[in-house]
Amino acid sequence: MAQHADAAAPARVSGLSRDPLSGIERQKLEHSLRRPRTFVNALLSSVVASMTLLALVPLFSVLWMLIGRGAKRLSLEVFTQTPPAPLEAGGGFGNAIVGTLVMVGLAALITVPVGVLTAVFLSQAEPEDRLAHVVRFAAKVLTGFPSILAGVFAYGAVVLSTGKFSAVAGAVALSILMLPTITLTAEDALRMVPTKMREAAIGMGATSTQTAWFVLLPTALPGIATGIMLALARAAGETAPLLFTALFSHYWIASQGQLDLLQPTASLAVLIYNFAAVPFDNQLELAWAAALVLVLLVLVVNLIGQALAVRRVE
Amino acid sequence: MQDIVQSYSGADLPSEAFMPGEAEPVIDCKIDRLHYGSFLAVRDTHVPIVKNNITAFIGPSGCGKSTVLRCLNRMNDLIRGFRFSGYVRYRGKDIYERTVDPVAVRRYIGMVFQQPNPFAMSIYNNVSFGLWLNGFRGNRAERVEQALRGASLWDEVKDKLHKSGLSLSGGQQQRLCIARAIATEPEVLLMDEPCSALDPIATRKIEELMLELKQKYTIAIVTHNLQQAARVADQTAFLYVDTSDAGRTGHLVEFGPTKALFQNPQKPSTQQYIAGEFS
Repeated sequence: MAQHADAAAPARVSGLSRDPLSGIERQKLEHSLRRPRTFVNALLSSVVASMTLLALVPLFSVLWMLIGRGAKRLSLEVFTQTPPAPLEAGGGFGNAIVGTLVMVGLAALITVPVGVLTAVFLSQAEPEDRLAHVVRFAAKVLTGFPSILAGVFAYGAVVLSTGKFSAVAGAVALSILMLPTITLTAEDALRMVPTKMREAAIGMGATSTQTAWFVLLPTALPGIATGIMLALARAAGETAPLLFTALFSHYWIASQGQLDLLQPTASLAVLIYNFAAVPFDNQLELAWAAALVLVLLVLVVNLIGQALAVRRVE
Repeated sequence: MQDIVQSYSGADLPSEAFMPGEAEPVIDCKIDRLHYGSFLAVRDTHVPIVKNNITAFIGPSGCGKSTVLRCLNRMNDLIRGFRFSGYVRYRGKDIYERTVDPVAVRRYIGMVFQQPNPFAMSIYNNVSFGLWLNGFRGNRAERVEQALRGASLWDEVKDKLHKSGLSLSGGQQQRLCIARAIATEPEVLLMDEPCSALDPIATRKIEELMLELKQKYTIAIVTHNLQQAARVADQTAFLYVDTSDAGRTGHLVEFGPTKALFQNPQKPSTQQYIAGEFS
């Protein structure tokens, strides 16, 4: 490095040569890959870029395959029909879409109040509050909780006590998986609300409940909604917790205008799991189409979450 | 002018500075010891705040002037480890008594902060928030307009009341915060360096506004700006911080009518501060 600059220095104009007073080597201003730090920089930049591309490969290859194999079977029929019996032609998975939406919605009804209110507590707790520490730690552990164990829990808690597989049991299992995501993202969003806004409310004589309800939560709402959407998207794709809670059904969850939540319920994820393992072409095609629909559903929910997050920035 | 200065030149005990014959103070604040945890932040500060006057707190950074102001409506309760001995009597009642609800205190003694802090809601809702908190049953729209006129903001926002309060400029936001504070007609307004985030023109506007508001309200203001204190305040309290005994404890050095304090300061540290020898 030093040699390189010294050797070049004598011939160059004074401003670019070595300045005897400062002791700092002057270099020419043009880019040069021969300069070691420029070279290392370019090398690392390209490594980072290629790793990023590599990380995108699974997503896009799966999407590519799903579109290639699932799109051709998409038609109005698959959305309106129930799954076919073996060797039967046609059919669809409308009941599974409805089942997934109902169970995820039910799980959200359970989780959103619990998660958001827990987040309010966590965000307002004193830094050394023991209970807050325990709750936060539990939530973090729950983030990595094996989803099949959530199913085991719901099986023990709901299926055994009610005596049947049901949409409610499935929703309980999903809500256990959604709870930590919602709690932790909502806590973050609430913490992002500037202290000065909280002070403003308290300075006007708002109680801490009024401050949380009318200032903190509305201000943090976009962030909280983003967290809810991410949790919903994750829950919609879960199979394991539904296998022995909601099980599967070949029928609609609602019949003759009656919604029965206490019966085995179909879901897209379990339908894909079941149909992917049978030797019938019709079922295999439906599994591909259902996989495509599921991915699109998750994509849409994520996009909504993104849109809400953007609104928060503005 | 000259005789006011004369009459005060003999006053030397700041804690007893309040002259007999003056109006009874709305808030009589006497801080013996104020701690944050084990840190003694303020000691021996006695400042009466007189009705329909503007009382300014001046002093170098870290002298505890904001801390004192935040004692007056129990905003310090939010800070962990806050301990207080002394009293803050609002209309004769010590607001630090156990039976007093700090939430109720803050509805009589409102606050405007250093950083403009409107809520992330519409201009209209920002102002009506306090009305709503207090269960105000009258004509809300009328009160909102009154408050916005009171904060001389009405003409600038009357056509966009339903736009976000955050869309306004800094100076407008601060006047919105003032409107929000006066909408519920508190008796006292505490202002914690309300102009330090504003440009000179917006600052002037707020100062003019303060002079108008004191007809109706009692104002206590913390300011870094000596000229501002001289322009608006009736009484001024000068706080100083002693670093001698290892800590940084603020205390009252001198309190009196603003003109007397500026023209004829009694204590050497007041003289030095006013002469700009330290900040």
